[in-house]
Parts: sequence; C-alpha cells; structure tokens
Amino acid sequence: MNLQLILQIAILNLFVQNFVVQRFLGLCPFIGQSDDKHKAIGMGIAVTFVMTMASFVTYLLYAYFLVPGSWFLRTVFGPGAGITEVGLLDVLVTVSYILVIASLVQFVEMFLRRFVPTLYRAMGIYLALITTNCAVMGVALLNTTDAPQDLGLTGAVLQGVFAGLGFTLVMLLMAGIRERLEYLNVPPCFKGAPIAFLCTGLMALAFLGFAGMAGLG
Amino acid sequence: MPSYREEFTKGIFKNNGIFVLMLGLCPALAVTTSVTNAFAMGMAASVVLICSNVIVSALRGVIPKAVRIPCFIVVIATFVTMVDMVMKGFFYEQSRALAIFIPLIVVNCIILGRAEAFGYKNTVFRSFLDGAGTGLGFALALILIGGIREVLGAGTLLGYPIWLDAYGRTVFQPMTGLVLAPGAFIVVGLLMAGFRAIGRHRRHPQMDQVTWE
Repeated sequence: MNLQLILQIAILNLFVQNFVVQRFLGLCPFIGQSDDKHKAIGMGIAVTFVMTMASFVTYLLYAYFLVPGSWFLRTVFGPGAGITEVGLLDVLVTVSYILVIASLVQFVEMFLRRFVPTLYRAMGIYLALITTNCAVMGVALLNTTDAPQDLGLTGAVLQGVFAGLGFTLVMLLMAGIRERLEYLNVPPCFKGAPIAFLCTGLMALAFLGFAGMAGLG
Repeated sequence: MPSYREEFTKGIFKNNGIFVLMLGLCPALAVTTSVTNAFAMGMAASVVLICSNVIVSALRGVIPKAVRIPCFIVVIATFVTMVDMVMKGFFYEQSRALAIFIPLIVVNCIILGRAEAFGYKNTVFRSFLDGAGTGLGFALALILIGGIREVLGAGTLLGYPIWLDAYGRTVFQPMTGLVLAPGAFIVVGLLMAGFRAIGRHRRHPQMDQVTWE
C-alpha cells in the first residue's frame, strides 16, 4: 500500500465522496445530533471508532467466510462442494453484517465502561445509537460487496477511518452553522431540521467543487 | 382503542415517517433521483415493513423483553435479504440502480421503530394495518420527492421528456442541480417546512399569528 493510494482514499472519502453530503449515509445522527458542538464531536469520534472496527471485522468476514471458495467454505464443505462454488454472499451478507455491527457496538460499549470510564462517559450515550446508523453498515458494504475493486484489508480499514473522519468534519461544520442559526429569525416552520437541510444543501454544493479531484489518482 | 381505519391512515400524513418523524432519511435523499427509483425503494421498504411488523407482532409473546432489539433486527434482516434476492432475480436493472440502499433497509429507523413501538405491543391485524399505512406514507413521500427532482431536475417523468411543445422543442431548461446531491437536501428541506406549515395550520390555527416577531 503506497502513499499515493492512501492519499487517494483519504481525499475521496473526506471530500469528493463524503459520506453525509454526497453519499447520503448517516443522515439521522447528522440531523439529530448536530445542534451542539460537543454532541457533534462526541458522535463523530464514536462513529469513526465504530466504522474503523466494523470495516476491519466485516472485511475479514467477507474475505474468509462469505465469498465463493473462501477459506471457511473450503475447510467445512470441501473445495468442490456446491455451496463452496456459490458462496454465501446473497444469503448472509445483510444478516451477518448487521449482527456483527450490533454485537461489536455492544462489545465496545462494555469494554469502554469497564476499562476506560472517562472515554465511556464522553461517548457512551452515542454508542447505543450507532447500531442503526446506516453510515456504519454503508461503509461495510462499500468496502466489500459494492467496492469498485478489491480494496484489501488495509484499504478497507483506511476507508473506514477516513469515512468516519469525513462524517466528523461535516458534523462539526454543521454544528458551527446551527449554533449561529439559533440567533437568527427563522420562520417557525423552518426551525430545526428544515433549515438544517437547506444549509446542508448549500454545503453539498460547496463539496461538489471537490468533484474535480476525483481523477487525482 | 383507535379504529382500524385510523391505524392505517395515521402513518400516511399525521405521522409521516420522513416529513414529520424525520426517520429513514438516507434512502429518501439518495434514491429519489427519479420516480421509478423512488417507487421501487418505497415498495421494497413497505414489503419489509409489513412483513416484519406482522412477524414481530405474532411472536410478541415469545420474544423476551431484554433481547427484543436483536430479535427485531434478525427478523428485519431476513426480510431484507428476501427482498434483495427477489429484486436481483426479477428486476436486476432496478436493483443495480438502488445499489447499497436495498441492504441498507435493514438499518432504516422507521422499520425498527414501528416494530418496537407498535408491532411488539399490538395484535397481528393492527400491526399489518400500521405497517401498510406507514409503508404507504414512506412510499408516497419518496415518490413526491422523486417526482419534483425528476420533473424539474432532469425534465422527464418516468423517463419520458415532458417539457416539449407541439413542435418537439424544449420549453424549459432543467435544473441539473436538483438531480445532484445539493438538490436532494434543498427539496427535502422545503417539503419538510411545507408539511410543518400545513400541519401547524390544521392543529393549531391560532399559532399562525405568532410567526415573525
């Protein structure tokens, strides 16, 4: 994995294909938690952490268990068996990924509560919300079944890290904007989410400017 | 106990998943570039919603309270897998267009929310009506967003160009931005505000007087 590839993954996930404003993933926490800077940064860190872990685990699950001819299928059913040829992708991807993510979140929560209580107090409440965050499931799918080319384990983990950082970046930008919106005279029917959506639209417009960097690699 | 009719209709306008409860927003923005995509997504999510609501309701005496959320997730994931396979088998092009958003139905907050708030506490038939109503509300919202974005952004409806006069000349220059990401946010934001204005007017007509201070 050379530096150029790492940079490419970083810029792609932070700006060009930002998870929130270009790929529309993780909008519920984005709208729900971005009204305060501290909440935004807590949520951002928690999501980055879980996305990194989830990318790692789901890539291993994908490469060693689910794909046709994987290590698991070869050892259990034998190299020539029908199930080894077909693989388990169609049947088990959704179920296994969501279970892995849910148990991972639970595990991280228990681990932090037991060993790093300060960190748990800072991001514990956000962890519970992350299971149903589509950004985590989305990065797992984009790393494996829907990847344009095979990323490899390092690539998958890097994509997880930078996608999470991209999420944090947009959360923080939005929290800054929304703290100022508090002082503005917004029509009542626009208060809260609708005006936040309009601001996000303008932010997405700005992020479209990064589209020219797509052919960077 | 609300009437059966009420169970069905409350999810369409009063508790519309997208515009009022603001759940399940990701597919509402991501796949609504055309009416066809919006319709396909709405149907897929509705089928999952109805089936999971019915099954959760039928099993509500069996599922222990402490592990109910993982149980709901497994039920939902099973139906999502079925819908995914049916879409891949019979509507391959459509399933390519929706890409990761079909498997992502599993993390759609509306579905888990209805299973938890309604299916787990009510009879099978009521849960079916609730699922059907909520699903219809979701699908209609998607089609509304998709319609606006396709007509104004691409200048087509269901893939056919519509802004043509009798001589086949284009009379309206489509706003391409609406099909891109920013347009999705702006259309949804405006529709959400519109829904709120209407809802406020219906419920508390007097509140309209305290607008601009």
